[in-house]
Parts: sequence; structure tokens; C-alpha cells
Amino acid sequence: MVSFFSKGNAQGDAKKNSKLVTESSTDIPVEKASEQGNVIHNPWRDLRQFTDARIGLGRAGISLPTAEMLAFQLSHAQARDAVSFPLNTDELCQKLSTIEILKPLSPVIHLQSQANDRTTYLQRPDLGRKLDESARQSLVNFMDKRDISSKAQYDLAIVVVDGLSSLAVQSNALPFMTHLFELLEEDKHSWNIAPMTVVKEGRVAVGDDIGELLNAQAVIVLIGERPGLSSPDSLGLYLTWSPKTGLNDASRNCISNIRPAGLPYTEAAQRALYLLTEAHKLKLSGVNLKDRTQDDVIEHQQSTKNFLISD
Amino acid sequence: MGQYRYTLGTQTYQFSSLAELMAKASPQRSGDRLAGVIASSAQERAVAQMTLAEVPLKTFLNEVLVPYESDEVTRLIIDEHDLLAFSYISHLTVGDFRNWLLSDYATPAILSVVQKGITPEMAAAVCKIMRNQDLILVAKKCHVTSAFRNTIGLPGHLSTRLQPNHPTDDINGIAACMLDGLLYGNGDAVIGINPATDNVAQAIKLMRLMDDVIQKYEIPTQSCVLTHVTNTIECIEAGAPVDLVFQSIGGTEATNSSFGFNLNTLAEAQDAALSLNRGTVGNNVMYFETGQGSSLSANAHHGLDQQTCEARAYAVARKFNPLLVNTVVGFIGPEYLYDGKEITRAGLEDHFCGKLLGVPMGCDVCYTNHAEADQNDMDDLLTLLGVAGCSFVMGIPGSDDIMLNYQTTSFHDALYVRRVLGSRPAPEFEKWLTKMKIMEDASNTILSDTLPPAFAQSLKALQGGL
Repeated sequence: MVSFFSKGNAQGDAKKNSKLVTESSTDIPVEKASEQGNVIHNPWRDLRQFTDARIGLGRAGISLPTAEMLAFQLSHAQARDAVSFPLNTDELCQKLSTIEILKPLSPVIHLQSQANDRTTYLQRPDLGRKLDESARQSLVNFMDKRDISSKAQYDLAIVVVDGLSSLAVQSNALPFMTHLFELLEEDKHSWNIAPMTVVKEGRVAVGDDIGELLNAQAVIVLIGERPGLSSPDSLGLYLTWSPKTGLNDASRNCISNIRPAGLPYTEAAQRALYLLTEAHKLKLSGVNLKDRTQDDVIEHQQSTKNFLISD
Repeated sequence: MGQYRYTLGTQTYQFSSLAELMAKASPQRSGDRLAGVIASSAQERAVAQMTLAEVPLKTFLNEVLVPYESDEVTRLIIDEHDLLAFSYISHLTVGDFRNWLLSDYATPAILSVVQKGITPEMAAAVCKIMRNQDLILVAKKCHVTSAFRNTIGLPGHLSTRLQPNHPTDDINGIAACMLDGLLYGNGDAVIGINPATDNVAQAIKLMRLMDDVIQKYEIPTQSCVLTHVTNTIECIEAGAPVDLVFQSIGGTEATNSSFGFNLNTLAEAQDAALSLNRGTVGNNVMYFETGQGSSLSANAHHGLDQQTCEARAYAVARKFNPLLVNTVVGFIGPEYLYDGKEITRAGLEDHFCGKLLGVPMGCDVCYTNHAEADQNDMDDLLTLLGVAGCSFVMGIPGSDDIMLNYQTTSFHDALYVRRVLGSRPAPEFEKWLTKMKIMEDASNTILSDTLPPAFAQSLKALQGGL
């Protein structure tokens, strides 16, 4: 498959084969349907050093070359699978039980939203935001059965939700939490953390119900984000202080694109701890809690110099 | 409020308001189901369409769907309605209006005269009883042109927005996509960036980047950073090279409030952009984006169906003489438009309503990965819109927007439509493509096989060369 791709060689010579054959032409060029498959390669493909965008794809006539067309189909197939495959909660819990630092999260509580299948879930975000009755009841039962000795209010509840990409949750939720818990353990504040909940067919706001029922001061929702063609495994994090049913996105802070090829776990965990600490200090989250960890990024790069206007 | 009735055999159907009738007459889509305004059966929908066909157009002037007192979009629609233009069609019902639009009396010249007499609700209503081929046929007769550094929307032409987005706004990454697009003959509608970091300083930086490139290569096109209208006003005050002012707009005042602006804000921005006097062949300085479902997602739909809300957004657009308006049809997700069929229908509806109301309508032919849609659905809609005379579509490398995480039409796709339908880029831009040796034969959409000299030089300047 790689052999179809141009490497954009040092001479910068676009191939000069394959002139258009018009219908009226009786003098059909006999240039063989060449070994290149009549693909015109783009010498500027090397500019991919600057971007993951699909530039310099080349062309067959004016259309996508076969290899590029099929590569795209593969990416789309991966993204579709990320949306449609159910979250394997057994595997997730099994792995969780092997990670020492995540022990406080067990035993995991399994929950379901009011959207009871994928088709409903995709068309009815309102149902994905609400817990179904049996899920609600199991949280109520859990709280009733807690030991008297451990009845201090939880500082934090962690809610893992399949969202729009089970792949994101399956691959990234545990590694991220491991990094976060390492930071929490070193933190001067001693965090009292609720058992983890896992929600199927859920949206972000389902964390509000859960946080309220667990009487947690703050809730972190880890959810599979809408999968991109080049990022089927993006995990999102939403922090809500004082969660209760009916809040909207203005009450939340978000960290997006957590995955090895996006925002690395270490950085995401640092930002999450920053937000948690600030929320704890200010007793709020959302638009009034600004994430200032990024402020200097724009300031130190004001030049618009680029290769197109280099001279 | 009037009652609408229809008797079919022994059964009488009742619709308690015009809003309910409109909603139930809408072809099926998930957003109307989510809003709880959808017809309860296929038969009820068909009956609603028959009932709607009997409603006189005059009714839409007397029975407003969103209260006049509390909604400035309704006030705009009613206060600026042109009764003289309306007089051509004032005697018609919705059903007769469809016949009239399809008839040979409704020529491009007549349609442009009648345009100001048509309200968005009239357009939405007739749209609901038109088949896809009707939407295509009539839209093709509605000629809407606009201009800034080139002319958009001439019959037989299809322009593209070059959308060089990058997830961290990397300057060379954006420049690389611009080069790719230009060398594939794209970018005559606008070179427009959705910034990853949305603030005034970043917007100015991106505007300078695009302006430098447009000036250096003398490209007859315009640039736009798709930031909030109030940011763009600040950019203008700071002396930034603003060509077009962008804003997402909706069809109710409450939608627009949720977007953080009102009609006065748009007027202020338009004045500011006009004062820069940067256009060479025209003065259309606004760029709007819309999309079915935006009002519902802001809980600002007043019980209306999403297609009617969308049509009302075009009243907002036409007030400000935009260069470009596009419906981002499949971006919002499957809870509003579930699959390829619903996206296709909505794209054709929006294009038709926009053109009928005199708006320079383009379409972001697109889908997300959680919608039941794929590239074949996009090929279909793109082809249909090309036939319908759509003013412009998007162009991005390989259909993959790595910043916004959705798929839209590619640079290659635009060339495909130009080849199969013989449509051309904006004339000023086409001349430039030929002059720069990007196109070997622009009239047949044949690209040059060799790297155009002006760009070969820039690539050589890169460290290590290419």
C-alpha cells in the first residue's frame, strides 16, 4: 500500500504522465496505464511536517488516488466502530482492580442512563443525561449502606461514561486516572474519593445526578468525545463543583482531547488537579473558574512568518 | 389563534396553530422528534401538508409564529416586508405558490423582484410541500450574486471556501493547507479559518497571515477569521486587516442572544468593516453561518420546527447584504439530522429557502462520525447542490477537518463538481488560476501537472528544499 504514496522527492518533479483523454480524440495517447496507476503526485506533500491535515494527496485526474481513498475509508470505519461498539465494562473493572493506586475507586458501581440502546442514545441526548430508575435506586442503596465511620462527605466522585467513543474510555480512562491519582496522593489536601461509577449510554450531565446522589462536593466525568477521523479515541474531562440535577455547561470546566496523540496524560492530570484545587478554593466551577495554565501560549508567538511569505 | 382542520374520509384532523401545522407538515427528522413537535404518524404528516397547502400566504403576515413584541427577528420580518413585491403573489395559497414557483412565469427576473415580498415563513411553508427536485429546480432560477474582491454566485459558477484549520493554529500548518487548496484551485469564496484559540490577539495574527499571502500572490479573494462578531469589531479597532465579518446566526432573538449578539451588534460590525473599504469589486462584507437545530439546542425555538427557525435566520442574513451565507448542515449531529437522507433533504431545503429569500447561499456539505452518513451521502448532496446552483461549498484537505473533527467536502470534491457540471470558479479567481499556471485549462478544470513557478520558489525557500 505504501508504494502508492509519493514521497515527494528532492527534485520536486510532478509526474508528467496522464494527459486527459477527451472523448473526441481519435489519437488516444498510447502511454501505458502506467506503473504509477496514472496518479499525479504532489511534491508539497512534505509540508505534512507542519500539519496532520491530509495535504498533498495527489490525484487521479482530479479525483483521489485509490490508496488515499481507501485510507480515508479505514479512518472512517475506525471512528464508526468507536461510536457503535459497546463499552466493555468487565474488562475495564478487571484492569482497574490490578492498579494499586486506583484501589479507592472500588467497588465500581454500574449504571445505565434512560437511553436504553444506541439508536435512542444518538437521537435523544435528553435521555442520556438522566439516570434510569434502577441506577438511581442502586446509588440510594449504596449511600444507605455506608459505614457510619466513613460517612464524611466525598470530596470527589469520578464518573466514567461511554459517550460517543467507547474506544476513548477503554484505552485512556485508566491510564489518565493513574496519573491523576499519583498527583492527588502527593497533594497536601487529603482527598476523600467516592467509588467509581460507570455509565452506559450516558452524556456529560448524567454526572450531575450521580454527584448529587453520592453527596459529593465535586464530580469529574470522563467521557468518550465525538470521534474525529484522525482521533477516534479522544477522552474528555468535565469538572463540576457542587453537582446537582439541572446544571448546564456554564457550570463546568472541560479538558479535551486526552489521548497519547493529543493532550498527554501527565499534562491532562496536572490541569485537572489545578482545576480541582481552584474549584475547591473558590467553591465554584465553570465560566467563573478560568484555566490560566494556557495563558502564555499565545503571547510568546506573535510572528506570522511562514514559508509562503518567507522572502 | 386560528384552528386548522382537514377531513379525510370520516376522520377530521385538527392543528391548533400555524406553528403546529408547519411542524407536522415537515418531512421527518430527528430534531423535530427531540423537540416533540413532529407528526405522530406518516398519515398525519401527509394530511398536515395538504392542510398547509390550503393556507393563504397572507395568513403568514397576520399570524406570526414568534411574538412581534418579544422577538426582534419577527419585527425585522414584518417591518421590512415589501407589500408591493408581495402583490405578485398575495392572492396565492401555499399550494398555489408552489405551482407558481415551478411555472414558467417565475423567471429569474420575476423571482428577484418578488423576493422582498416573501417572508421566511412563506418560504419554509412552501418548502415543506416541495419534493427534492422542486427545491433544486426553483433554487436554480433564483440568481443571487455578491462581491468583494471577486464575484460569487453567477449562474454556472461554484466557489469554495478554503478552510485551512489547524488544532493549534500553527502558522506553517495553516499555510501548508492554504497552499494545498490554492494549488487545487480552491479558495475563491473566502479563505476562512476557524481559530482553535478564540480571542482577539489570535484572530489578528491569523488575519495578518492570510492578508500577507493574499497580497504577496495578488489573489483575488478575501479572508475571514471565524471569531465572534464582537472580537472582529475589536480587531478592526486595533487596525487589523479585516475583509469579512463572521457570525453564526439563528432565526429567533433568543437564539442570537445565546450566541451573544443582537441585530445592532451586526449593524455596528457591518459599518466598521465597510469603513475599511477593502473590497475591490463589491462591498458585501458579512459572512454568516446557520444550521437547522441551532435554535432548539439553545432552547430558543418557541415550539417551532427546526426548518422554519432556520429560514427565519435568512431574514437576519439578508438585512446585512452578506457576501456569503452557509448552512453547516450535518455538523450539529444525529439528534437533529439523523442520517444521510435527513442531511440531504435539509441541505436542499436550506439552499432553496436562502436563494428564494435572496441570500447568497452556500452549504457546508458535512457529517460527523456519529451520524448515519458517509462519503457517498456527501457525494450525492454535493452533486444535487451543484445542479441547484449552490453559490459555494467548503474545501479542505482530504475532507478531514482535523480541528473541528468532522468531514466536509474536499478540494478534490470541488473539482469533481466543476468537471461533471461544467461549473466554474469566480471569474476573477479563474483568471488568476490561469495566470499563476495552477490551471492548464480552467474551462475544462484541467490542473497543471507541474508545480506553478511562484509557489515552487516559496517551497524551495524551506529549509532543505522539496
